[in-house]
Amino acid sequence: MTKVGVITFPGTLDDTDVVRAVSRAGAEPVNLWHGDHDLKGVDAVVVPGGFSYGDYLRCGAIARFAPVMTEVIEAAGKGMPVLGICNGFQILCESGLLPGALVRNAGLHYVCKDQWLKVENTSSAWSSRFEAGAEILVPVKHGEGNYTASQETLDQLEAEGRVLARYVSGNPNGAQRDIAGVVSENGRVVGLMPHPEHAIDALTGPSDDGLGMFLSLIDSVVKT
Amino acid sequence: MTAVDSYVDTVDNAVATPDQDQPYKALGLKDDEYARIKEILGRRPTDAELAMYSVMWSEHCSYKSSKVHLRYFGETTTDEMKSKMLAGIGENAGVVDIGDGWAVTFKVESHNHPSYVEPHQGAATGVGGIVRDIMAMGARPIAVGDPLRFGPADAEDTKRVLPGVVSGIGHYGNCLGLPNIGGEVVFDETYLGNPLVNALCVGAMRVEDLHLAHASGTGNKVILFGATTGLDGIGGVSVLASESFGDAESGGGRKKLPAVQVGDPFAEKVLIECCLDLFKADLVTGIQDLGGAGLSCATSELASAGDGGMRVWLEQVPLRAKNMTPAEILSSESQERMCAVVTPEKVDAFMAVCAKWDVTATVIGEVIDVTEEEAANGGRLWITWHGNTVVDVPPRTVAHEGPVYNRPIERPSTQDALVANVPDALKRPVSADELRATILQLLASPNLCSRAWVTDQYDRYVRGNTVSSQPNDSGTVRVDEETGRGVAISTDCNGRYVRLDPYNGAKLALAESYRNVSVGGAVPLAVTNCMNFGSPEDPGVMWQFSQAVRGLADGCAELGIPVTGGNVSFYNQTGDVAILPTPVVGVLGVIDDVARRIPTGFGAEAGETLILLGETREELGGSEWAHVVHGHLGGRPPAVDLQAERLLGEILVAGSRDGMVTAAHDLSEGGLAQAVVEAALIGQTGARIFLPEGTDPFVTLFSESTARALVAVPRSEEQRFTDMCTARGQAWTRIGVVDPELGAVEFQGITSIPLDELRTAWEGTLPALFD
Repeated sequence: MTKVGVITFPGTLDDTDVVRAVSRAGAEPVNLWHGDHDLKGVDAVVVPGGFSYGDYLRCGAIARFAPVMTEVIEAAGKGMPVLGICNGFQILCESGLLPGALVRNAGLHYVCKDQWLKVENTSSAWSSRFEAGAEILVPVKHGEGNYTASQETLDQLEAEGRVLARYVSGNPNGAQRDIAGVVSENGRVVGLMPHPEHAIDALTGPSDDGLGMFLSLIDSVVKT
Repeated sequence: MTAVDSYVDTVDNAVATPDQDQPYKALGLKDDEYARIKEILGRRPTDAELAMYSVMWSEHCSYKSSKVHLRYFGETTTDEMKSKMLAGIGENAGVVDIGDGWAVTFKVESHNHPSYVEPHQGAATGVGGIVRDIMAMGARPIAVGDPLRFGPADAEDTKRVLPGVVSGIGHYGNCLGLPNIGGEVVFDETYLGNPLVNALCVGAMRVEDLHLAHASGTGNKVILFGATTGLDGIGGVSVLASESFGDAESGGGRKKLPAVQVGDPFAEKVLIECCLDLFKADLVTGIQDLGGAGLSCATSELASAGDGGMRVWLEQVPLRAKNMTPAEILSSESQERMCAVVTPEKVDAFMAVCAKWDVTATVIGEVIDVTEEEAANGGRLWITWHGNTVVDVPPRTVAHEGPVYNRPIERPSTQDALVANVPDALKRPVSADELRATILQLLASPNLCSRAWVTDQYDRYVRGNTVSSQPNDSGTVRVDEETGRGVAISTDCNGRYVRLDPYNGAKLALAESYRNVSVGGAVPLAVTNCMNFGSPEDPGVMWQFSQAVRGLADGCAELGIPVTGGNVSFYNQTGDVAILPTPVVGVLGVIDDVARRIPTGFGAEAGETLILLGETREELGGSEWAHVVHGHLGGRPPAVDLQAERLLGEILVAGSRDGMVTAAHDLSEGGLAQAVVEAALIGQTGARIFLPEGTDPFVTLFSESTARALVAVPRSEEQRFTDMCTARGQAWTRIGVVDPELGAVEFQGITSIPLDELRTAWEGTLPALFD
């Protein structure tokens, strides 16, 4: 069975949700602690949302130096699939695994709402189950989700098809070019502000559209 | 040693200087209260003892003005009502058995005054405090919610208070990873100088894991863990420090921190996870949160709830400020702290769990034996400071034997005129255009418009168990993922109704909360409350309070559900003007499978039939129509009929169990018009409404008669559902159909309003005021 590591930092909030989503998709979740020095033989890692170490300095800035992140950065370099959601996305940007940064929402408020996304990249380790152009409904909930990068970087991301998804029917945070998530050069590392783990069941979320990301991951692990 | 260290008032010193002046009045104690303390101790209190008594005997901690009335809750709770109660009034929070081996604890607490002074931190620490109360029961907090009251929405100060309160609740709650599943936002001019910030928390645990705050077992260790203790939130006790320097004005150059504490949600999140690990490993004998009155409260309550004896070495308390006096350490309200009683052999394991979470934990004392004589006098709390005894008191006298007042009660002479000022003569809309304009005016009014501007700043998804939240009538969370068992909660109070008739107004708050839980398909199980009133020294306010307590207690007895806990907040007034009496009532319900919950929005199936349950009478006293259109408050509130509410609840639960109801929305402020439009907007679907023949359209649309709900029933179930209603004596009227093609809400023969126009009116108000 595919083993997916789920990292908990002090202040991580959505780890239980990611564990549930991983199980629901049919993989085995493995809890990883911020102080761990090994990844316990997992096939992939999810860095969940929350406020790691309180995020008092800058979102993700401290978490990036956690022992477990050293392992994640090394494994990602060798092609391990990594997904950063919300605070996890911020941590991956701080770690240098993904380009750009997430800054304060344009409206200056924390915003929690159901958000439509258009999936663009369907070749990454986390998005192969989606059809290009598919519109999915997934919650956003963050105060600092405004994706920002240099024009050059943004042009490059678009030219290389590395925009995972864009906000449609309204941009909740002012993100440049409506970018909700991006993909690494090798297509293995993905960062996403919206929360696919909160959209795995219409009972508790706005849809079950988010499950596709975890199913995609299992496909990609099985393939390699 | 510095000058500050050199003066510490010890018991020996107190005995030697019996006539030393003490600033007891500045600490809020009356002459006779001070005399009573001297009588208990047989000497004058030390500074530290005076600090403890003054804060524990305050209105906030001792309930001295409300106690004689609150007893009525106990007197009216029958054994049958108690059958599902595992812990009740007197514990940190009430606990009820919801089935499948689960216990649920819930409580609402006020943080009104701090939130006026410093809205963001005041509201944030309100969330922090209620969450620690729930943890002190051994439960994992699973959801929060916030009943809020503000001054007029367009008032200048509301622009300062509301955004701060919302950001404070949002920031703290969001960082804790607790879904915010409901609450209220109400505007009225009486709250301008006294906003109400009530915080609700719900927690869940296995029945066998219930932890009560007891310090039992001689030799057991008392461990303080969490944040360090500082000068924040000391408030009035700082006059003691000033006195010690002989300089009451400036406090000897001592830097005074604001009386409102500053919260650190990250520290609280870590403390939650640490506590849950401690509970899981069975390392805790007794536990208490540190909230109002800090260590004074925690040590005296833990000791008096246990065997009655406790020894504390106060110099062991980790401090974040220099030169703090024993009185300051005991009174500090620094946030994110807990106190546990642990058997000696488990201390190492306890410390290891705290170390994992980087939580500071320190043994500060232990449980001691008391003599029979000491036990009879209220136990012994013995606190030393570097070897000198600074506190030696019977803890029961601090925690439970404070003063009790029978304050004068008098029905205000103005009450008759208020009730006589009925709304009958107010100009009513008659023409189709006037009715249309009134529907839109009410829809956009601050008390009826969409709360999304507020609730979108709260995380409602975290933990993945939220099945229903705003804008639905009640919040519902799943407790057991295997069985689907969950709880629903709603908080309600219409202060305008309570102002007109405190006894029935409190029953109306209960009725609405009960109904909101029922329309979600849950069975109401237990009640909590947060009684927000003006000054208890005003006999008119005490009349409102005593009436409201009796109304709520009698109502609960009639419905057969117990009050499991509550909170009283007095002195919510500016000058002579008290707030609208606001007894916020929270009802907790259980739903055996959350997949059966009934949503608020129409349109789950095309062509649903809309049925109005209950009877509509001409009841406009205290209504939102009178308020919004005419600025009028007078007459009598709608009649309350709890038997009708109970029947309505049973019909809704039966409809949910048998899959006969696809949507349900309670009728309350704004009446039928508001309910129809909200259910259409939430469901994003159109509807046609046929007003019953021979009725006055204005009354039908805007009356606020109670015990009513609007339900959507699939056409295939219509016969079965209405037969059930008829057989059980539930009044029902077929009033319309859901029509997805229409794109509007049509009140037949009057007006048809496009959904876009309705949505703009409903959603535009708060962003226009506060963005």
